[in-house]
Amino acid sequence: MKTRNYKRVYVWELPVRIFHWINVLAVTVLAVTGLIISDPPAILLNMDASESYWFGTVRFIHFTAAYIFFFNMILRIYWSFVGNKYASWRAFWPFTKKMWQNFLHVIKVDVFLQKEEKPDIKDESIGHNSVAAISYIALFVISLVQVFTGFALYADMSNWWLPQLFTWVVPLLGGDFIVRTIHHFSTWIFILFVLIHVYLVFYHDWLEGKGEVSSMFGGYKFVDKDRLKDKTKESVSENLPKTTEQES
Amino acid sequence: MATKNEVKDKTYYEHIIDQGYSRRDFMKFVTYITAYMGLETSMLGQVAKALETTTRVPVIWEHFQECTCCSESFIRSDHPIVADIILDKISLDYTLTLMAASGHQAEAAKKATMEKYNGEYILCVEGSVPLGDDGNYCCIAGRSAKDVLEESAAGAKAIIAWGSCASNGCVQAAYPNPTDATPIHKIIKNKPIIRVPGCPPIGEVMAGVILHIITFGKFPELDGLGRPKAFYSKRVHDTCYRRPYYDAGLFVESFDDENAKKGYCLYKVGCKGPMTYNACGTIKWNNGISYPIQSGHGCFGCSEENFWDNGPIYERMTGLHGFGIESSADTIGKVAAGVLAGAIGVHAVSAAITKRKEVSDHIARGKKNEQTLDS
Repeated sequence: MKTRNYKRVYVWELPVRIFHWINVLAVTVLAVTGLIISDPPAILLNMDASESYWFGTVRFIHFTAAYIFFFNMILRIYWSFVGNKYASWRAFWPFTKKMWQNFLHVIKVDVFLQKEEKPDIKDESIGHNSVAAISYIALFVISLVQVFTGFALYADMSNWWLPQLFTWVVPLLGGDFIVRTIHHFSTWIFILFVLIHVYLVFYHDWLEGKGEVSSMFGGYKFVDKDRLKDKTKESVSENLPKTTEQES
Repeated sequence: MATKNEVKDKTYYEHIIDQGYSRRDFMKFVTYITAYMGLETSMLGQVAKALETTTRVPVIWEHFQECTCCSESFIRSDHPIVADIILDKISLDYTLTLMAASGHQAEAAKKATMEKYNGEYILCVEGSVPLGDDGNYCCIAGRSAKDVLEESAAGAKAIIAWGSCASNGCVQAAYPNPTDATPIHKIIKNKPIIRVPGCPPIGEVMAGVILHIITFGKFPELDGLGRPKAFYSKRVHDTCYRRPYYDAGLFVESFDDENAKKGYCLYKVGCKGPMTYNACGTIKWNNGISYPIQSGHGCFGCSEENFWDNGPIYERMTGLHGFGIESSADTIGKVAAGVLAGAIGVHAVSAAITKRKEVSDHIARGKKNEQTLDS
């Protein structure tokens, strides 16, 4: 049994973690309120209209969460240009050979649960793996669909220039009916994504024990020491005091 | 219909006075129609002036695949000067439904107008045009609708597409659209087209549109879909008098319940008001008496494209074609989530079996480390 030594690596920077959890909250709120708006439950039947505004409030929450979701997304796009290599847009760029080699590896080992003849330590992803990267690209596209259709439906209720930027979507697609159908349908893609995403995070944490789950709280993952360039010396950035990273 | 020589130089105002209306009647009409055009009160003078100085604009009104509900709606617009005087007696040179002449005489009248007023007349189109089977599904005077349309559109100054048929194709264009019913803007590309959807459009809206074109010689302001903004810029939902019930979350659950009697919001019984752009909530129907929602029936979005294929009328559902009849996004989503949950379960069990060596190694190593802890 070969002893494996792990190094703690700072993978997810604070803005990435903040983005992730705001996004979790916003998507959850948007999906729940969105499904309520599409099919409101029969409650409060004995109240007069003047005493109640719950449906208006649900819609208000939906629109507020939509703005938060949108601006949060903008900030994440910004961070993909200034953040570390795991946050960079390059980590999502699908047109590299390396990306697709890793994609096949992940499909084989983690989805179809096959054994690799010669396990290569380089196949172990430090940030997200290639399949995850592809799924985030897909989610990004669906998010854009939601932003465009959502603001298009919202634009007629607002005088602000931002939602007004999306008014062309409705004529392009032919009317509110189809825009609403697309908006509603895409919500389910978020729900399916969440199911897969959460399961696979747990799966990796359970199988590899390298801090997959906790990394989105503290930002650290544990990486095999063999992956580090200089195996004899302390190899963290020289900017850091030497004493801080002693554990192996 | 007046003969050509008689009307050539007379203005609309002169015609109206000749018909026995007083100046006072005329001014009342101007006030009325200015409001319906969606213009400010300060525009009254301009409208009156335009009607006093403009000579007649000839109108050719074509009927293709339609039910004549647009014409019916129009002749019921609540001011007699609109339908009877402006259109029928002064401007309308050809409409096979309402004109006195028929057969060869009618076609000859149209031909004469098209030649004499080439490039000046307004072409109103009611109905869609079938393109399937060489257009044989709709023929007038022995010619296909497409042929007739192209001929009359060639010399038109502008085209008004009346109703959902001419604007969107309406029910005859519903899936699978056996006659290949096609709206006007997909056939005629080189003429300005104004779309006035609705099944039918509101009579006053039609009057407002045609009067705007006649008096000012140009289209009213249009939106992205070519509809006049004055009438189609708001959702039925946004002008609905039942809107407070919507915001309060008070909904009719079925048409015979207590909530329906109380006049609650019809959102859950399929009202399409939130997706439908029209003026029903403000102008209403039959001289402003009522409109569908006021009568207790949800809007079914007759002025929206594809309303006939967008799920059932009495349910709030997101209909999708190609996923089985009337399956909604929710049904598909729930099935997909169920299948996915099953797949995740299978994967989890398989992983526990195939990766058991790796995991048990981790556990063994972890236990060994625990025993060798120094504390």
